[in-house]
Amino acid sequence: MDAVDDPNAKLTVRQATKIYRTASGDLVAIDRCNLDVRAREIVSIVGPSGCGKTTLLWSMSGLHGLTAGEVRLDGKPITGPNPEIGMVFQDANLLPWRNLDSNIAFPFEIKGGKPDRAWVDHLMHRVGLDGFGAKMPRELSGGMQQRAALVRALSFKPSVLLMDEPFGALDSFTREEMNRLVEEIWMETPTTIVLITHSIEEAVFLSDRVVVMSPRPGRVASIHPVPFPRPRSIEIMTTREVFDLMTTIKLEIVGERKSLSAPKPAAPPSAALDRAAS
Amino acid sequence: MSQSDTIPQFSKSKSGDGQSVDLTNLAAFSGGVGIKSAREVAAILLVAVLIVGGCELLLRIYAVPEYVMPLPSSIAVALVTEFHLIAPHLGYTLVELLSGFAIGAVVGLVMAAVVTQFPFVEKIVAPYILVLVTTPMLALVPLLILRFGFGYTPRIIAVALAAGPMVMINAATGFRRVDAGKIALARSYGASTLQIFWKIRAPMALPMILVGLMIGAIFGLLTAVGAEMVGGGFGLGNRLTSYSSMIQMPQFFAVVLLLSVLGILIYVIFFLIGKKWASWEA
Ligand SMILES: Nc1ncnc2c1ncn2[C@@H]1O[C@H](COP(=O)(O)OP(=O)(O)O)[C@@H](O)[C@H]1O
Ligand SMILES: [Mg+2]
Repeated sequence: MDAVDDPNAKLTVRQATKIYRTASGDLVAIDRCNLDVRAREIVSIVGPSGCGKTTLLWSMSGLHGLTAGEVRLDGKPITGPNPEIGMVFQDANLLPWRNLDSNIAFPFEIKGGKPDRAWVDHLMHRVGLDGFGAKMPRELSGGMQQRAALVRALSFKPSVLLMDEPFGALDSFTREEMNRLVEEIWMETPTTIVLITHSIEEAVFLSDRVVVMSPRPGRVASIHPVPFPRPRSIEIMTTREVFDLMTTIKLEIVGERKSLSAPKPAAPPSAALDRAAS
Repeated sequence: MSQSDTIPQFSKSKSGDGQSVDLTNLAAFSGGVGIKSAREVAAILLVAVLIVGGCELLLRIYAVPEYVMPLPSSIAVALVTEFHLIAPHLGYTLVELLSGFAIGAVVGLVMAAVVTQFPFVEKIVAPYILVLVTTPMLALVPLLILRFGFGYTPRIIAVALAAGPMVMINAATGFRRVDAGKIALARSYGASTLQIFWKIRAPMALPMILVGLMIGAIFGLLTAVGAEMVGGGFGLGNRLTSYSSMIQMPQFFAVVLLLSVLGILIYVIFFLIGKKWASWEA
């Protein structure tokens, strides 16, 4: 699936291949992935765990290089961490020895420059963390920590936001709240978002397109447009169309998994009986 | 590139991976520092009075001779009346302890920081550090005195040799606690190796560094006093040998009392520093 360059592409992934050299031999984590993410688009990546989602996202962020292929941002190859790109990690990844204000100032300490106070205050207000600046991370709930991490990532106004299972550790209720928040903030800011998630519901709720990756070596198996209007309400999310789309994606991932395990011989009947007995 | 290629496994680092250190865990009597109510204070004082009073009483009842065990009251009297004679020696010991500890701590910290950056170097130096940690540096004092005379020098060297390896071995444990997620975070902002060291590795190591400094200081005190007992005419250790040779037991125990206060002070200072700067771990 060689892609033709999209003139509107913000991020372009071309033939991205990453091989980890491990003690037990080479491991092809992702294999010739192609993807275009347009400016102001939200794209989710879903797929079985270990299929190379994080590997792909790290390549986009410049945190590590590719074995072959390339990632371009606004047409320029990414060779290292880029000030245009903000990362949100799986757990909030706040520095536990710093309070929230100091955590949010951290990117500026590294990059140099001063945070835009008004913007940071606005973000803190937006995510409901007014007055929590002096709190230490351990004093806050997981959801609050992840909101602070979101503020930190947005504080320097990145044009691209890369999120790696950002809400995976949260309970489903908090997670939905965070999804709405991301959509709201995204509607206010011109940000391109790539999101890894293992929740198909989250992927469909947030995305313009959902990318399904195949099991290792990870390849882009299919891309599903999500043509529903925003902001996406509970009513939209419970329609037949949304349900059908989620089912299609789910079946595809399960199918990918099945095709992986298909060659295995079926368990002998005695084993099945043992299992039934236990 | 091996380090940068490692994708952090957040889910794993969540549960107890044996990497977290808690300064207060090492605290023998951490509960005693955070005294709560007046009742608790009263109970603690009562027990202390009972123990000390009981000793006094028993020693008087059995008429234990002073050269075996002096009365607590005479120790207190000796401490007060002879303090002007003991105080200069306390000063000498503190000079040795502080300068030897400062040298040992700085060298230990720098070596820990450098060595942990290069696992290969670490493998090579580890056995020697272990030897330094496990060998009582007091053993070297006679030799040092032979070389440097009876002044401060051999004692300061001994204190530094005792404290340094303790600081180093603990600090190295701290610096080895790499959190790939935090390092990736810093790198995503374009952090340099030096920035990663100061902003991520050093703060993460701080709790273990404090443990090392505390143990190093206490070992330094032990070594300073021991070295003073070996030779030279000054220092609290010298007072111990001289008072005991003159069978001035109340004075002898007054010095012992001072030494335990010094030890406790070291402990409390580092405990409070840890509480202020490394409490995020608890
Ligand atoms: N630093 C590494 N060294 C060796 N193998 C790795 C490394 N990082 C990831 N892998 C392997 O590469 C594969 C893809 O990993 P990853 O990108 O984390 O997958 P995902 O995020 O989809 O779960 C997995 O099999 C994983 O074990
Ligand atoms: Mg992953």
